Amino acid sequence: MRTAGIDIGSITAKAAVMEDGMILGSRIIFTGYNTDLAGRKVFEELIKELGIETASIGKIVSTGYGRSSVKFARKTATEIICHAAGALLLDSRVKTVIDIGGQDSKAISVDGTGKVKNFVMNDKCAAGTGRFLEVMARALGSDLDEFGSLSLKADRPSRISSLCTVFAESEVISLISKGETRENIIAGIHESIAARVSAMAARIGIVSPVMLTGGVARNIGVVKALEAKLGIPLIVSQYAQVMGAIGAAVIASRAV
Amino acid sequence: MTEKLKQILIFIAAGFKKLVLRFKKRKPMKEIMMIYYMEGKSARVAGKKVAWITSGGPVEPLIAMDVIPIYPENHGAMIGASKMGVALCEKAEEMGYSRDLCSYARADIACAVVNGGPIGGLPRPDMLVCCNNICGTVLKWYEVQARRFNVPLFIFDTPFCHTEYSEEAKKYVRSQIDEYMVFLEKACGRKFDSGRMENIWRWSIEGQKLWQAVLDTAASRPAPISAFDAFYHLALIVSLRGRRDVLDYYSDLLARMKDRVTRGIGAVPGEKYRLLWDNLPIWYRVRWLSQRFASHGACLVADTYTSAWCGSLKYVDLSRPFFDSMAEAYTRIYLNVGIDEMARTVIEMIDKYGVDGFVMHSNRSCKPYSLGQYDIQRIVERERGIPCLMLEADMVDERNFSESQVATRIDAFMEIIKQNKK
Repeated sequence: MRTAGIDIGSITAKAAVMEDGMILGSRIIFTGYNTDLAGRKVFEELIKELGIETASIGKIVSTGYGRSSVKFARKTATEIICHAAGALLLDSRVKTVIDIGGQDSKAISVDGTGKVKNFVMNDKCAAGTGRFLEVMARALGSDLDEFGSLSLKADRPSRISSLCTVFAESEVISLISKGETRENIIAGIHESIAARVSAMAARIGIVSPVMLTGGVARNIGVVKALEAKLGIPLIVSQYAQVMGAIGAAVIASRAV
Repeated sequence: MTEKLKQILIFIAAGFKKLVLRFKKRKPMKEIMMIYYMEGKSARVAGKKVAWITSGGPVEPLIAMDVIPIYPENHGAMIGASKMGVALCEKAEEMGYSRDLCSYARADIACAVVNGGPIGGLPRPDMLVCCNNICGTVLKWYEVQARRFNVPLFIFDTPFCHTEYSEEAKKYVRSQIDEYMVFLEKACGRKFDSGRMENIWRWSIEGQKLWQAVLDTAASRPAPISAFDAFYHLALIVSLRGRRDVLDYYSDLLARMKDRVTRGIGAVPGEKYRLLWDNLPIWYRVRWLSQRFASHGACLVADTYTSAWCGSLKYVDLSRPFFDSMAEAYTRIYLNVGIDEMARTVIEMIDKYGVDGFVMHSNRSCKPYSLGQYDIQRIVERERGIPCLMLEADMVDERNFSESQVATRIDAFMEIIKQNKK
């Protein structure tokens, strides 16, 4: 059976289509201010790209902060259960999923049977998330896509101590004015994210293998910093950013 | 209109309302509370004195002395429920109080200045009674108010019971009860009536037992009453315990709940999952939270908060001199004991009410209640293996509440519970 998952996040909207356990394709667009429209648009674009008919999709499940605005979905599920389902589809050995999205980060522990045991999310503060990185990229006049490779060239990562995005930005500006290299500052930013996320994840107990999902997983600098902080390797799939949508499609295939 | 005339009018209106209420078979909470506040506001006309007291303070001696007890914390809850918290908290912050300070304290301190809030400010106090069994903030809060109103303040100091109620603590607390009597005799200008006090203590215990019995009905499936209902019905056991009419109210409520149990009527229609709540309510979101949980078929069947007003019954022995029981019961309340004992209480409730999940409100305002929640969570997960949810918010200050974040956490938590129950 063919199913679809739509994940409306705070920055991007994602869609994925699956058939009998195989991923047919996925798509990412910016969410913008209209979550309803973003859901329809990303789905229609994906259908068109895959050259299939809307009617051929059996079931659709939506997830993400805008999950309830996707009116054409059969049901909604939270990002927690979707990221876990997506991660387990791609690697059934996974015991912990760390997801770093646009405005939140979460750690999810799953048991051997694929059930979510526990989860923990950041609260009250968006430091250590995708939006945090965007603000920093702007302050550094840099492109987010080159953040990862730049940080790997750092020789002495800076120390960013503030937990607040706004104050961390001022710290970055002061480092720039002191003549610190961009590479070192970016590496420092990645280390601060890694410290924050690993402390949060420790609350549920990190069990290997760990998969990193969410848009921030595309940033190799964050991946390396988090691996160093946790002292274990992370599994990063090419589908990391659309994991929520894939998981939603998995859940749609199970729905009665 | 002069203040005096206003008070006379309130006094007459309260008398009239009381008369009307006497003929009503079922006495609604709202009317009882309204008369109570009106009597407080017109206390001078009736020649009575008003004392402000902390929620966990020994109130019975005040009632024995005919003093009207007023609870700034109950007022704080009313401010929160009527969504007036943010403006009052901001006012307190303008006055120089930190945003990290308890929102009940901020709202009350600001309210005393602007006479705002849902009832236009509290009746002016003649004395203040502060018991630190609930937190340390109340000490400074009541000192501020004692200076502002220039009235005497009695501090009832209850040492923290890490593991036990020691002999030293026992003597120390008991001696303060005698000091408390002296304070009241001086403030009221007459002798303390021990005979009257004994009756009031009995009524207080009777009221607490009835309240416990009401909460106990939630052990039935489906639960006839939810924690959200209990947050509402709680007002009388907090504010008026020791008064006889409280017994009528809770007897009636208990009869209604028993009737619902017999007829199988639940607080949440189609109850599927049963949850336990920890910490104070999020007063401005009680209905929203109740509906969110109910949409998943979940009922919050019990909570650690409303049961705090009957949790010390185990230390009460009516055959003992009542002042000894009183000293112990007020010292060993839920917030004044170590984490291990709190966790034991939580686990007892999980077993008693047949709970599937534990919801904790990490309350930015209430540090003594929120400190240790992660430890309690770990103990609960280890001992009972049920999922726990932490919601970060505040009881009155809405600026610390994020709807979509809380909604996602609740939905994900319920997904885990549903999956566990399959």
